[in-house]
Amino acid sequence: MPDHALLPLTALGARTPRVDSVGGLTITEVPDVALASLACRRGCDAALAATAEALLGVALPPVAGWAGTGPYGVFWTGPGQWMVEAPYATHEDLPDRLKAVVDDAGSVTEQSDAWVRFDVEGEHALALFERLCALDLGRMPAATVQRTAIDHLGCFVQCREAGRRYGAYGPRSAAASLHHALLTAARSVSRDRKVFP
Amino acid sequence: MIIPHPLLGPRDAQEFVYLGDARLIDRPDGLAEDAADAFHDYAYLRDNPAGEHQELWYHEQGDRSWLVVTRDTVTHRILRAELASDVARAQGRSR
Repeated sequence: MPDHALLPLTALGARTPRVDSVGGLTITEVPDVALASLACRRGCDAALAATAEALLGVALPPVAGWAGTGPYGVFWTGPGQWMVEAPYATHEDLPDRLKAVVDDAGSVTEQSDAWVRFDVEGEHALALFERLCALDLGRMPAATVQRTAIDHLGCFVQCREAGRRYGAYGPRSAAASLHHALLTAARSVSRDRKVFP
Repeated sequence: MIIPHPLLGPRDAQEFVYLGDARLIDRPDGLAEDAADAFHDYAYLRDNPAGEHQELWYHEQGDRSWLVVTRDTVTHRILRAELASDVARAQGRSR
């Protein structure tokens, strides 16, 4: 193994993940995520469902769904398409592990360095996302994911706990822009709460 | 404008990109004898009805599916939206 003297940086360019607390809302950069997209090949629905479930421990979720157990999480991204998540530290080779089980039933693409994830937590998380996107978040139950546009960036918004805990996956190359959008909305929510508590 | 996505429910039109007449999915056979005429019509001729119109919309900021949306061009009322793949399959195409 070559002994590189390279230090890993987060999507925002720092050595440690960024955490911001604004008026009761916490925005956390989450770098420890390995991602791989999984697409069904034509006519292989049953084979893909069975092989993917054998590795992930859960069935591939239906429209807008998220499912997960142990290290794996998987969410629906489009008809016949899913995104698989796992901790980066232990599953850096996630696409290889997936491809080894699904074989010719599905196409797997490495996505780890294409996305940045920010988790937003707080009792006004709903108000924050209402300022940022056109999703009807109030109706999104826990364990659902929807893709939408936040400040012109295509993002996945993940509901972890309705009304309180959300995650946003955005393009990694625009991490600073997405972070700026989240922070600006959080400040706006915080100001409103002071004026209209 | 709200588009009733067949899988995801009502979604803001901002998330979609408009392509045009849904007839674009009926691409003619390029090897047929009258291919030149058929492609001329396919590329240049469009109906421009005041009323019900079928058009292609792409859910770019969503699940990336193509929809065939039936819209009233006079009132902008959207009457229905179907997955373009389902429409093509109903016409006997393989996908």
